Amino acid sequence: MLLIDCPYCGKRPEVEFHCGGEAHIARPETPAEIADADWGSFLYYRTNPKGVHAERWLHGHGCGRWFNALRDTVSDAFVATYEMGAPRPDVAPENAKA
Amino acid sequence: MLEFNLARRAPTVAPIASDAGVKITPLGPQGRLALRIRPAALAGRNDLGGFDLSGPINSRREGGDGEASRDALHLGPDEWMLIVPADEVEERCEAVSAALSGAAFSLVDVSYRDVSFSVEGPGADAMINAGCPIDLSLKTFPVGSATRTLLGKAEIVLARLAADRFTVTTWRSFAPYVQGFLVEAAKDGV
Repeated sequence: MLLIDCPYCGKRPEVEFHCGGEAHIARPETPAEIADADWGSFLYYRTNPKGVHAERWLHGHGCGRWFNALRDTVSDAFVATYEMGAPRPDVAPENAKA
Repeated sequence: MLEFNLARRAPTVAPIASDAGVKITPLGPQGRLALRIRPAALAGRNDLGGFDLSGPINSRREGGDGEASRDALHLGPDEWMLIVPADEVEERCEAVSAALSGAAFSLVDVSYRDVSFSVEGPGADAMINAGCPIDLSLKTFPVGSATRTLLGKAEIVLARLAADRFTVTTWRSFAPYVQGFLVEAAKDGV
């Protein structure tokens, strides 16, 4: 079973977690003033990279907290996990083989 | 009226007879308080109305003594489940509220939301692992641990009281499922 390193609880099984999509997407502060295309881009367009991807995860059946994780979309390995609000750790793709 | 009815409702589950080595026993009424408070607001206060909140996350700390037990389960960074005898709920609510006066916190009586089971006997950890994905070896889940996790498809709060003794707490509507799951799992270990 895939273990995910919750920043609060430590390594816990994947079934306790839920993925919440891409992380670090800031909502525009003045939605009424931006163009429709920009708003559509904020709502629907995601990076979908091949490699390290920053995602939001919820430890719902555990401590109940959201946190961010860097996951390699090729190997499904979790490279790093960090608390909400913390900056994205600088991880080079070649180090991404956990 | 609703509270009156809930408080006096018949127990959800009756004991299921089984000759397995691990005994699954529904526990009687217990008082349960959900306490949410940020560590900053707690400001180092570890003893709240007899509850010991000093334990690390996913741990259980006992307070009080004998019949007047006061257990504090640290389930999340800002979340505790406080367990008291059923007839002490209001008194403990007031004591904790008084100890926290001035701080921002939430204290809710959730006594009737949950049903608890005692799971006791040799190999109880392996038996719970029939539906619980976390590592229950004494090294990673020692005596005094408590955490929210899953059992089969139901969410449970699992506390280890001794090497072969656990308390499984689940929502009332999940209780028949959890009880049946545990009884069936225990039969595998006979």
